[in-house]
Amino acid sequence: MAHFLLSRLIQTASVVLLMSFVCYMLLGLMPGDPVDLLISADPRLTAEDAARIKAIYGLDEPLHQRYANWLVAALQGEFGYSRLYAKPVLIVLWNALQYTLVLMGLALLVSISIAIPAGLLAARRIHSLTDYSINMICFAGISVPPFWLALMLILLFSVILGWLPANALPLGEVGFVERAKGLILPVITLAMVSIGGVTRYVRASLHDSMQQDYIRTAFSKGLSERQVIKNHALRNSMIPVVTIISLDVGAFFSGALITEFMFGYPGMGKLLFDAVLGSDYNLALVGLLMVTCVTLTANFLADIAYAALDPRISYRTENK
Amino acid sequence: MNIQSRFIRNLLRHRLAMISFVILIILIGFTLSAPLFELLLDTQMSAIDLFARFGPFSLEHPLGTDDLGRDLLVRLAYGGRISLIVGFTAAIFSAIIGTAIGLTAGYRGGWLDNFLMRTTDSVIALPLLPLLIVLAAVDLEKLGIPAQIAYHSDIGLYKIIVIVSLVGWTGVARLVRGSVLTLREQPYVQAATAMGVRGRRIVLVHILPGLASPIIVATTLSVGNIILFESILSFLGLGINPPTPSWGNMLTNAQELIWEAPTLAFFPGVMIFLTVISFNFLGDGLQDALAPKSRNR
Repeated sequence: MAHFLLSRLIQTASVVLLMSFVCYMLLGLMPGDPVDLLISADPRLTAEDAARIKAIYGLDEPLHQRYANWLVAALQGEFGYSRLYAKPVLIVLWNALQYTLVLMGLALLVSISIAIPAGLLAARRIHSLTDYSINMICFAGISVPPFWLALMLILLFSVILGWLPANALPLGEVGFVERAKGLILPVITLAMVSIGGVTRYVRASLHDSMQQDYIRTAFSKGLSERQVIKNHALRNSMIPVVTIISLDVGAFFSGALITEFMFGYPGMGKLLFDAVLGSDYNLALVGLLMVTCVTLTANFLADIAYAALDPRISYRTENK
Repeated sequence: MNIQSRFIRNLLRHRLAMISFVILIILIGFTLSAPLFELLLDTQMSAIDLFARFGPFSLEHPLGTDDLGRDLLVRLAYGGRISLIVGFTAAIFSAIIGTAIGLTAGYRGGWLDNFLMRTTDSVIALPLLPLLIVLAAVDLEKLGIPAQIAYHSDIGLYKIIVIVSLVGWTGVARLVRGSVLTLREQPYVQAATAMGVRGRRIVLVHILPGLASPIIVATTLSVGNIILFESILSFLGLGINPPTPSWGNMLTNAQELIWEAPTLAFFPGVMIFLTVISFNFLGDGLQDALAPKSRNR
């Protein structure tokens, strides 16, 4: 177990390191240049001034040297400032991350509390009409473009019915009810993106467990189907589902980006999008890395949980 | 499972795949007949008519007109061309990359397999959309591409094909590797090895043909995802640039116009949805028909 933990930790750390390098290089390839942006902000700056600023910030050094400098500073907790918000990037990102985690947490809750019963229903009568109907709905959920789903929800609930607001955060100081109302459409949108996949996993996993010998034993003892599913099959089949959900965290962030963009929700996704388009290189870089870290941490924790929950899994024989 | 439900299953599965296939053929026909619509409706894709903004459904404009008075039907047909071209081309590129990686990993085994598959898993786990947005924002001139090419109006198409290919290969790689592991142990492959056939020849002559079904299945399944990614990027203004229509960028303004022109927001999205779900059903049916064992359930 210790060996497994260590190797997973090394893998996670190397992916983060590699991502930091790739992102650093990519952001260097984005249009514009921080010093040019400074010059355009202040026309009195001359070419000599620009050269001097470049020297002060080490921008005249070769790219790999600049990356090394950045990495050393980052490892010491120095992530610098955001150009758009004129605040330390960590503060800007921390605020946005909280918003995103609320949105993702609620969406995950909705998604799981619908996907597990739906998957159960489908797996109980596999290849029945119920199963096929659920499967069709899952495919629809997987195939719908999330931004269009958001548009259609806005069209139905905000434009035609007028029940819910089209933006996530109401203007001004408002009560809890108004805030909650604003969150309904974003949460539905984000939940819909993942619900189809999760339902299919639950169904497949439960179907697998139902084929096992101990299930037949449980039935032969005279237990009802309900008891068998509740006490025997469901527990075992939820273990892979937990892993799958954690592997989906990355895709969930992608969905959150679209959702936040559509509903004007001030989370990580919208922040990253604005940072990339607004040439806020540092914010985009650190934001991308933060999203990557959160995703990889979730995967890492799920691996540990998987190993802890299921004693049959031995990571010694992993490389077969 | 009794005979009756198996019958229903096969019927439904394959019927869904067949229906999807027919829908895709119709969609391709629809996009190909774009010039025909132009001729019949006596209009042009980019013919702006500011007196006919947000036109209702009519004989001249069967689906109405957009915010610049352009015919929606004609633009839908041309936009579909772009979405399908990106979908097919990027899917083929992804399939090539994925096959190369899956084949190498599965045949070589050992640390290389470990490394390649760990990389694949990492790419799958990454939050791809933020990364794609950064990739789409890259300034091509800084990559050393001459300015007249880097800022050409059609470059968006090539750029987006490359970008989505870079992330679309993971499904193919996994499925191919799994199949190679089985094929490698087949008696005829082992016989070839025993006869002293060289590794490259074994891969190309004995293993690659056996991979046709998993590659077809995985590629079909990836087309839907690729079209989704293209539409998202174009919608965000980072993919296909206007005035060239794509189903994604036709929705860019739809949000602000949703009060005045809800139909503008409706039709392009329906087209994306129909295309993606058809590819997914077709891939699912093909998986049942061609590679039932690879189904991990």
